[in-house]
Amino acid sequence: MIYRNADIENYPFPFPRDQYRYSTNLEPTGRRNASAAGGWGDRRVDIDRRYRSELDERARILAADPSRSQCLPHMVPACWDAMLTLMRELAADYPATMRLDRISPDDNTFRWRNDLLGIDDTFTFGDPATLPTAPLDYICGQIQEDVVLLDQRAGQLWGDAGVVTFAANWSFGFDIGMSFLQIHGPVPRVHSEKVITRAHEFLMRLEPGQSFRRTNWSLTVDGKLDTATETYREWGRDRRTLAEGPLDEVGDRLFLRTEVQHLIRLPHSGAVMFLIRTYLLPFAAIATVDAWADRLYRVLEDLPHDMTEYKGLERTRGPALRWLATFGGVTP
Amino acid sequence: MTTAGPNELPLRVTGLRTLCEGIREVTLGLAGDGVLPSFAPGSHLAVGWADGERNSYSLTGPMVEPRHYSISVRHDRAGRGGSAWVHSLRVGDDVVASRPRSAFAPVADARHHVLVAGGIGVTPIVSHVRAAVMWQRSFEVVYVHRPGADAHAEDLRALARDRLTILRSGPELLAHMKARLFDVPLGAHLYVCGPEGLIEAVTSAALDAGWHRQRLHAEPFASAAAAGGAPFAARLGRSGALVPVGAETSLLEALLARGIAVPNLCRQGVCGECKLTVRGGGIDHRDTYLTDDERAAGDAMMPCVSRAVGDRVELEL
Ligand code: FES
Repeated sequence: MIYRNADIENYPFPFPRDQYRYSTNLEPTGRRNASAAGGWGDRRVDIDRRYRSELDERARILAADPSRSQCLPHMVPACWDAMLTLMRELAADYPATMRLDRISPDDNTFRWRNDLLGIDDTFTFGDPATLPTAPLDYICGQIQEDVVLLDQRAGQLWGDAGVVTFAANWSFGFDIGMSFLQIHGPVPRVHSEKVITRAHEFLMRLEPGQSFRRTNWSLTVDGKLDTATETYREWGRDRRTLAEGPLDEVGDRLFLRTEVQHLIRLPHSGAVMFLIRTYLLPFAAIATVDAWADRLYRVLEDLPHDMTEYKGLERTRGPALRWLATFGGVTP
Repeated sequence: MTTAGPNELPLRVTGLRTLCEGIREVTLGLAGDGVLPSFAPGSHLAVGWADGERNSYSLTGPMVEPRHYSISVRHDRAGRGGSAWVHSLRVGDDVVASRPRSAFAPVADARHHVLVAGGIGVTPIVSHVRAAVMWQRSFEVVYVHRPGADAHAEDLRALARDRLTILRSGPELLAHMKARLFDVPLGAHLYVCGPEGLIEAVTSAALDAGWHRQRLHAEPFASAAAAGGAPFAARLGRSGALVPVGAETSLLEALLARGIAVPNLCRQGVCGECKLTVRGGGIDHRDTYLTDDERAAGDAMMPCVSRAVGDRVELEL
């Protein structure tokens, strides 16, 4: 992967301090967060220069494994709701290339244009016969974000629909239909620290039109976006080859992976839409920003064993620290 | 005239219609161009009718990016004045309202929806029926009203056709429900909106028929949404300054407006950033951050959502 300045300037560096612990870390959306290299966060749906290549990658993954896209029958309205919401968002943020028009105010027929992909379609909201594919697949073929839709009922949230092709060490096909609390069951420490139950309470109180965001992070080898549990055989060994390989290659092979997650209450279905956008930056690029290299080093060094294990960093943490100390300009 | 808050919509009356004796339908559009936010079945608007006064009215019209919102309001002569104010509106008047909120939404995975409306309680049921038709949900609707007080009966007939039952009295309704409650498929949910007595009667009939509480949903129609709470003041321990907190603002907002830098993120009582140390005064904890023990200790509060119990708290600031 070739890196440009824009990738660094816009990278959502996820560490506000030298120590990382789980926290709810939710903040309102729509304001730019400054970083040591630039900033990020102006938009909830972010199109960058990897638009086409990431959409191609998503299409390839979906073709190989259709279980990455799922919608339980009762979530059909939520999928339409998500699609329309995302179209409005794109049209508002990218008016030069994206446009949504209502054909007539009295019925639910819309015209959608996406000039980046040469799409010009007319559809009737709620009528599946008017779209080439299911609504969530349709819009996920036009955004770089993964999407999970949570239904709220019986005092809980349920992950009942979504298109997830860039999962970091989890499986959407496995989690579908589970409650929010079940999905997060394996995360260490969160029970004693109540992080997940608090986030759950918070999400259930989100009002229509409200949105919040948070970041999450891990490390990935060779810039692979798809590190879902299902494809572990393909990417799992990369960690070993990295750990056993020459140290000087780590800078180009090991990536800091940041997920920017947006949480949006959908207006018509009442579902909570999770947008998960994955950004990857190799250690070599991180090291061009002194403050980031240093911070990343401190965070990794301090990370307790259970969290290292949960994030799947047992093999990569050592090489990461050694590379940052040897080639990254960090003084341990 | 009330002014719009940051999350409120500036609307204008675009149509008025008398649906039946004492019930008026008001159509509200945006003052400018554009579409209004979509909303969920069972949603309401909190309409501002005097300074700090809001009344909630269910939305009855189309739900997906509509050009207009519609509410139907019964003139309540015993009320505090909100419905009288609505009945005095003229086309072209400006109205400030909250964005739509839902406290009475359909359960998406229900196998069947039994919708029961009593009197003006029909308003949220109209949007439930509209959505049920649009999304091809299985449903039936029962509407009980006094002769002549038949707001939205036409709408329901057009939408629900033979799935609508109209009844004329409480006893008739109960007799009908008692039979139906034993008949409808397992996995059905029941929604009731109307006077409290009607809700009580239908709900207990359902419980008697073996329905689980989780399948029963009710909304009393006379809900007036009140934001904030009673005004109070915060005394700052270090400077001794007194910061007043109005009924509609949070303690956090009041402190920030005074130039006191309190870190904050979510402003919803969940992230924990804004925690303040309290030296004295009772606290009305509304957050989900503090543990029960911390609350019991009474020496910390989350000013983004929590308020004083009395008229004063003392803060370590
Ligand atoms: S700002 Fe998050 S708890 Fe108050």
